[in-house]
Amino acid sequence: MTFNISTSSFHGPAHMGQYRDVTGKVFDWDIMRLLLHYLVPYRLQMAESLLWMLIGSGLALVTPYLTKQAIDVYIAQGNYSGLAWIALLVLLCYTLSFLVDWRRRIVMSKVGNKILNTMRGELFRHYQVLSMSFLDQHGIGTLISRMLGDVGVINELLSQGLVAMLSDIVMLVSIIVVMLALSPRLALLTFTVLPFMVLATVLFSKKARTAYRDTRMSSSNLTGRLAEDIDGMRVIQAFTEEGRMSREFETVNRSNRDANIYAIKLSAIFSPTMEVLSMLATCAILWFGGRMVEGNTLTVGMIVAFLSYTSRLFQPILDLSQVMNTWQAAMAGGERVAQILQLEPDIKDTSDSIDIPSIVGQVDFDGVDFQYLDNTPVLHNISFSIPPRQTTALVGPTGAGKSTIASLLLRFYEASGGEIRIDGVPLKKIKITSLRSQLGVVPQEPFLFPGTIGYNIRFGRPDASDAEVIQAARAARIHDYISELPQGYDTPVLEGSANLSLGQRQLICLARTILASPHILILDEATSNVDLRTEGLIQEAVEQLLEGRTSLVIAHRLATVQHADNILVIDHGEIVEQGTHRELLAKNGVYAHLYQTQFLTSEAMT
Amino acid sequence: MKALVRVMGYMRPFWRSVVVAYICLGLTTVARLVTPQLIGRIVDVGITQNRADILLQSVLYLLGITAAQGILSFGQVYLTERVAQGVAYNMRNEVYNKLQSLSFSYHDHAQGGQLLARATSDVERLQRITGRGIIGLVEGIVLLIGTAIVLVRMNLLLAIISLAVMPIIIIIMRSYLIKVHPIWKLRQDQTAIMTTRVEQNLRGVSVVRGFAQEPTEIARFDQDNNNIYETSMRAAKASAFTMPLIIFLAMISTVVILWVGGDQVIKQQLTIGALVAFNSYVLQLVNPVRRIGLLLTNLGESRASAERVFEILDSRSEVENQPGAAELPRISGRVDFDNVSFCYLGGKNVLSNITFHVESGQVIALLGPTGSGKSTIINLIPRFYDVTGGAITLDGYNIRDVTIESLRNQIGIVLQETRLFGNTIRENIAFGRPESTDAEVIAAAKAAAAHDFIQGMPDGYQTLVGERGEMLSGGQRQRIAIARALLLDPRILLLDDATSSVDTDTEQLIQAALKRLMVGRTSFVIAQRVSTVRQADLILVIDHGQIVARGKHKELIKQSGVYADIYYRQLQPERASIMDRSNA
Repeated sequence: MTFNISTSSFHGPAHMGQYRDVTGKVFDWDIMRLLLHYLVPYRLQMAESLLWMLIGSGLALVTPYLTKQAIDVYIAQGNYSGLAWIALLVLLCYTLSFLVDWRRRIVMSKVGNKILNTMRGELFRHYQVLSMSFLDQHGIGTLISRMLGDVGVINELLSQGLVAMLSDIVMLVSIIVVMLALSPRLALLTFTVLPFMVLATVLFSKKARTAYRDTRMSSSNLTGRLAEDIDGMRVIQAFTEEGRMSREFETVNRSNRDANIYAIKLSAIFSPTMEVLSMLATCAILWFGGRMVEGNTLTVGMIVAFLSYTSRLFQPILDLSQVMNTWQAAMAGGERVAQILQLEPDIKDTSDSIDIPSIVGQVDFDGVDFQYLDNTPVLHNISFSIPPRQTTALVGPTGAGKSTIASLLLRFYEASGGEIRIDGVPLKKIKITSLRSQLGVVPQEPFLFPGTIGYNIRFGRPDASDAEVIQAARAARIHDYISELPQGYDTPVLEGSANLSLGQRQLICLARTILASPHILILDEATSNVDLRTEGLIQEAVEQLLEGRTSLVIAHRLATVQHADNILVIDHGEIVEQGTHRELLAKNGVYAHLYQTQFLTSEAMT
Repeated sequence: MKALVRVMGYMRPFWRSVVVAYICLGLTTVARLVTPQLIGRIVDVGITQNRADILLQSVLYLLGITAAQGILSFGQVYLTERVAQGVAYNMRNEVYNKLQSLSFSYHDHAQGGQLLARATSDVERLQRITGRGIIGLVEGIVLLIGTAIVLVRMNLLLAIISLAVMPIIIIIMRSYLIKVHPIWKLRQDQTAIMTTRVEQNLRGVSVVRGFAQEPTEIARFDQDNNNIYETSMRAAKASAFTMPLIIFLAMISTVVILWVGGDQVIKQQLTIGALVAFNSYVLQLVNPVRRIGLLLTNLGESRASAERVFEILDSRSEVENQPGAAELPRISGRVDFDNVSFCYLGGKNVLSNITFHVESGQVIALLGPTGSGKSTIINLIPRFYDVTGGAITLDGYNIRDVTIESLRNQIGIVLQETRLFGNTIRENIAFGRPESTDAEVIAAAKAAAAHDFIQGMPDGYQTLVGERGEMLSGGQRQRIAIARALLLDPRILLLDDATSSVDTDTEQLIQAALKRLMVGRTSFVIAQRVSTVRQADLILVIDHGQIVARGKHKELIKQSGVYADIYYRQLQPERASIMDRSNA
């Protein structure tokens, strides 16, 4: 075989800020409609804030005119009381602007945060019913970034972008109209710089977007690199690779520095450019306006008012270019969120789903087939029955389909052929909650949630009393250990094996299932190694759990297989042998062969 | 403040840029002070007195000044940022190199997340303060003082009126930030809580659904989500009030200027141009003054950041090469611990009186309860820590007399918590010897029982393993780590024979690979398994930092109660699978 030698390092994808860095469609009506429906409940608030905004724009237009009047009429005529009145009027305008702006900001933040809250809640609820195959395909990271990043930019557009855009357009148009009304010649003169400003803005935002994306990527590379190297510092030192790692880090560090300098350089060019352009307009007003005053066709106050209007003319243009970016990002985010929300869960209750009464425990698989979405067959013609209170063990190589059988019984996936029945009722007819609340599952990896030990044991029955929790922990042989901890059942479960060993986690998982007291048990035996003593405890707890329950066990332990009422040997998605341990040994087939070669060697060692 | 002064020291290599940036700043300020005067002159002389020549001249001046100001402000912003980015770059390199030189005792106590935050966000904060921060503060102050002088000379009463509002703006801005910072922090924490909730909910999806607990989970999520809403609204309310308020205050002073100034114009104490100029002065002060409030607040935070960064840079590494340390020649693998003791700085002894002798090629199993000191013994050999008493010699060389690099190059380490780096499989295997040939890498992978699964991957040895190797399973990572150690061809091997949760067949593959790795080398094993202690040439039972029993399995199981207890209570039995042989 051949492979290239590469010394370049690749450090994690840039996940930070990815949702802002799209260059997709600017407008998609379907997505817009979906997004707008989130605004519907807040139409009153939106109308209110639009109203405030219009009043605010009106006030912003009036004040320069009042100032002009003050200069041209009252100061020029020496009318002191008139000046005082107009000053009061201007003050009133500013006070109103302040109040209106304050109110508008509060209304908008409320709408924005409410929508954010709603969308997150909807996504989370949807995650609870989405098919498992979807969750398998999409990483957890992706689903979380939908909830944080994408929802964030959508909210930015809905709550601020839309209103800001309207406000900018209204402002722009009304300033243009007012200026034209005051002095068409001067107004047109001023507007000659507008095309250049728009051009500069468009050019800049295009470049700036790439530049800022580069800074985000390079900074996330830097963080990723640092995180990993700090984590692996002992390895670096142990292998004395400090020199090489330093050089590699410097490269990453340098490209981050350069990306930042470049981005700043762009904006350091942009703002003076805009200032010079706006000063050009100012100068034009002063020169031509001045000449017009001389010709008595314009007043000094008018020039002051014009200067003031001009300074308000350019801000909306800058803002609008900003809104276009938000718009584009929100469209892309909206598309991704919509994709998830519009996805129908493949397993859900129908109108004729029924609650099943307390399960007796008869399980039947009748010619069950299962294949993945891409038609890869996983299970073929699986038929077996578990009579009430009996244990059936599944054995076979990894990937043979054992876990799929267990998942089908829990209805995490839907069988593509055949039928599964519990107490004679087809699974598809039973309400999902009714089914799952009577089934208990012990996963292979002992999964615990952040929270206390008590919280975890109670997970399947949050209303259980302390006495019941303790009883379950006793049955799972973990009570003694827990009560020795300083905080007892209130001890928080820390990540990794910081305060609970793998074996103890397994015991807590068993206590959780014991407390839930299921009628049918699905147990995927753990394969990880624990010490001899804990191994014994787990064995005892499992036996207690199996007693009196219909159980389907994915078996990895000798003891479990030997005690099972029935063993199914699964290979390549089919049942190749079945019977009790003795029967299968007597048959001298696949099971017997493997039992002899593998189990006996391990027996001899322990 | 001392810490901040020290941060300023990092600007020294860029002093030329700093000087030019400040010259630009000075000139821009002058331009800003002149512009309103020019506008006043245009209004008073050019327009009111109908002097076309003066009008044209002033307008052209204005244009020229703005153009010059544009170039100057570009220079100021660009140079400042270059300096700041340079400071951050140097600082990060320094922190990185320091972290590499600090011994394990430092990393034992430091939390990775903390170190990361210091190297990223703390340095970033210092970058901002050395850049836009300080120059922005200076700019605001200089402009404020300059404006004050100009205004006082123009008209004392109006100057007092227009400037009175500036300190109020600074105070409002500061008190707003002081109020809102804890709220932002709270929201950040609440978002982290919600994110963890979602993550765990998705990771434990089969548990959640298996126990039909979706409604409870939704209720918990809603609680988190609503908390964020409440906090966000608190922050939003504060900012919705403060931001318009600051603008309002500035506007009040323009109204007073219009009123009082207009009155003076009427009384002919002031020209109309001066009135217009006053207005411009006040408006161009608002933003720089608002920034002063912001920067004053940032200064406090930057000091805390600086202290955190310097705390790393000032840490002393406990393990360093001795002056004139010699290279350790290739050793055979004899190891002697001679009355070794060890304690952490200021702590009580972790190890005391450890004495043993190992011949080259032997396997030594270390046994003992957690915290007994068995890992410390292993960590002393490559000098991850230095002994505090006694000596360790390899082939008769005291390890403190040789260079760290030549020592560690002869030691291979495979620990349970396998750390990989986020590049290709090949780069990970060749980590300790990047110059290895393909053939050597493949040979190591084969010996580590990793070659087959690597070849089964779409990109073979060029497959990217993801951050910290997360694209690989635990068993695969472990085998890569074994290959990585093998490739070094170390004389001494330090390892942990535990296999994390892998299926039984993989476990057997790993055990076999470890056995191959040990052949012909002196190996120290933190024993977790029955088979290891049975094969060991020497078993050391460690308790409370001392050797409480030593010998071979057959002797110890009869003679030592401690050993027997550990043997039964801690070690993992060998297990085989029931037909589970897929990954073979």
